Amino acid sequence: MQQRRTAGVAGRGQASPGLRRSTVSAERAAARIVVRKYGGQRRAVIQILQDLQERLRWLAPETLEAVALELKMPPAHVTSVATFYKSFSLAPRGRHICTVCMGTACHVRGGATVLEHFERKLGLRAGQTSPDREVTLERVNCLGACALAPLAVIDGRYHGQMNESKADKVLQPILRAGGPAPDAGSGPEDGEAL
Amino acid sequence: MSCGAFALKDALVAEIARRGIQDEALVVTTGCNGFCERGPILLVHPDGVFYQRLSPADVPLLVEEHLIKGRPVPRLMYVPPEGGLPVPKMADIEFFKHQRLIVLRNRGRIDPEKIEEYIAYDGYEGAAKALERMTPEEIVAEVSAAGLRGRGGAGFPTGRKWDLCRREPGSPKYLICNGDEGDPGAFMDRSVLEADPHAILEGMIIGAKAIGAARGFVYIRDEYPLAVSRIGIALRQAREMGLLGRDILGTGFDFDLEIVRGAGAFVSGEETALIASIEGQRAYPRQRPPYPAQSGLWGRPTVINNVETWANVPSIIRRGAAWFSSLGTETSKGTKIFSLVGKINNTGLVEVPMGIRLRDIVYAIGGGIPKGRDFKAVQIGGPSGGCIPKELLDLPIDYESLTQAGAMMGSGGMIVMDEDTCMVDIALYFLRFTQEESCGKCSPCRIGTRQMAEILARITAGEGSLEDLEKLGTLAATVKRGSLCGLGQTAPNPVLSTLRHFRDEYLAHIVDRVCPAGVCKSLITFTIDPEKCVGCLLCLKACPVHAISGERKKVHVIDPDVCIKCGACLNACPAKVRAVIKRAGDRAGASREGAAAPKDA
Repeated sequence: MQQRRTAGVAGRGQASPGLRRSTVSAERAAARIVVRKYGGQRRAVIQILQDLQERLRWLAPETLEAVALELKMPPAHVTSVATFYKSFSLAPRGRHICTVCMGTACHVRGGATVLEHFERKLGLRAGQTSPDREVTLERVNCLGACALAPLAVIDGRYHGQMNESKADKVLQPILRAGGPAPDAGSGPEDGEAL
Repeated sequence: MSCGAFALKDALVAEIARRGIQDEALVVTTGCNGFCERGPILLVHPDGVFYQRLSPADVPLLVEEHLIKGRPVPRLMYVPPEGGLPVPKMADIEFFKHQRLIVLRNRGRIDPEKIEEYIAYDGYEGAAKALERMTPEEIVAEVSAAGLRGRGGAGFPTGRKWDLCRREPGSPKYLICNGDEGDPGAFMDRSVLEADPHAILEGMIIGAKAIGAARGFVYIRDEYPLAVSRIGIALRQAREMGLLGRDILGTGFDFDLEIVRGAGAFVSGEETALIASIEGQRAYPRQRPPYPAQSGLWGRPTVINNVETWANVPSIIRRGAAWFSSLGTETSKGTKIFSLVGKINNTGLVEVPMGIRLRDIVYAIGGGIPKGRDFKAVQIGGPSGGCIPKELLDLPIDYESLTQAGAMMGSGGMIVMDEDTCMVDIALYFLRFTQEESCGKCSPCRIGTRQMAEILARITAGEGSLEDLEKLGTLAATVKRGSLCGLGQTAPNPVLSTLRHFRDEYLAHIVDRVCPAGVCKSLITFTIDPEKCVGCLLCLKACPVHAISGERKKVHVIDPDVCIKCGACLNACPAKVRAVIKRAGDRAGASREGAAAPKDA
């Protein structure tokens, strides 16, 4: 079993010199630069994947394969590492990243309700990306900024003491930019009230 | 920092330049001052005046009044939550008065990106003393005599760990700084890494000499990018100054460090898992013994200590074991940093002598519970720890007393809970956390935590039975006994400690189908008091699922079948109206039927 899998992968590996003749794939080129930065050390595979994710926003199967080829290690090992650690995203992520903190301090101050509200507003479950790749909703275990609990981070900006109305405000630019279907009812309802 | 300190700094620098006093006023960016609740914070020296919750808009007034005219601005000062006059000086504020700073001695004082400032406050003096005048045996003896114990959780004596590793014949030997601070609610390591990175480097240089290591690694959580960058700057500066690298301080001793970033796995805080992670593997823990001190990184003798432990070392060497061990209790020496978060007035990081009473931390330093609510418990030690109830408020805080009370020192996260916190929900929160973070290597941990979380979820849904409590106990014992590493061995603690101290809350959920704290959504209802409702439409607009019907100036009604119990209406209802009522329990009979009904349908 093990044998067969390795063989299959090696076959795929051999396909790439052919690729290189015409043009080196973007993933391979990126992987080569990053691997070189770490001196080709296999033990740095986690750091290499992190750097690549920063550049490419997520780790495509082609990226993992390129790293394995550059490091001359079994692709299974690279995949095992990439699937173990939570910071690695093996699916495309959106242009906007919304992160809701689920730390204990946030939890006792209502973090779960905040996450539910984000899920409803964005029409996404935590961990999902909108089909148009506009926005990704993520949850994190603790950002260590507990004084701001409950906390949400939108595109790197920290928004503390989060609640429903504040969430609506900070999400507005993202939703307006043609993100996922916003909460359909709220628009006309507001008009009625006025 | 997260509150917008960089914008404040820019405004301040610009204003000072505009008023042409840049030769008299210097803006220093420091690391965390600890009083996070009040950020962003500005200290004006030499007067020691403490300004808080500043915004760039406050800057012109502040510069004009204080810096130019010499008149401090009371409006921007700290006012105690219980009321009274503004307190101008930092040293007089209750939050700071009871603290004793060793590890955090440089917080709010030096710019962590400038090695000169660290050196100006006796920095690298301990390293110089250790390298120039002490033998490895003497260093180990000093650290052992100081009684320093690991600050990462288990509290293993640091001197003994070093001695074990020093005596190992294998070489090369390695040092690791564990900065994979995973406990939710704990952020002291982040603060030390960001506010005083050189203290960690200095501690590691001393440790390297003690065990004879030439290389070390600082492992930092991926979620802490600023910590990574500050340690990186510190490493560069230390190398330039000849404090790292070849022939340190001309003593012929070689040592260098590198940074390894974590990748978001809670289990990698466990020492053997962390070692696997540095080696580029999945972070699976492995069996001990052999301990890392005997066979660690790449099978070599390795000392691995937590950030806070390393940061204690320079002061111990510089000021001596006798000074350090004069602080604290019989078995727990020195100080400990706690992060005080949750339902507390003064959120922040506090460093206090071991043995201080919990009451002093919560009330004297923490300023008590907001909104006049009642204190219920403190959760200490994160997912490995437990809850300390009101009855034990006078408990002296040290390793042993916490373990006896069913909690754990852990990394020192203290989450304060008030009467509105449901203890069953908290137990569920932690079990879901450990279940998700379990690496899956040991079945009792992988499956047991899941089973426990499912039982707890049933209880919070009002569908638990008394048998479930027994099952929880059995599962807890199995998970504890059958797991290889600390994660599994301690995962049941939040359940066991809440069962021990708050059994009545479990019984309320199971027998009466009531959540006394009004948290568990299946057991609460929201209604609108028709007597009080003024028909303002606010709750109606706030409701995300349109469960509220009504018109302007007419009484609003919540449809219980649509309501998702998010509480938005309760928050939206004006304080002087208070028409929205959250009920926990008085519809007990109804909700019991309600719980059964959907199943029949």
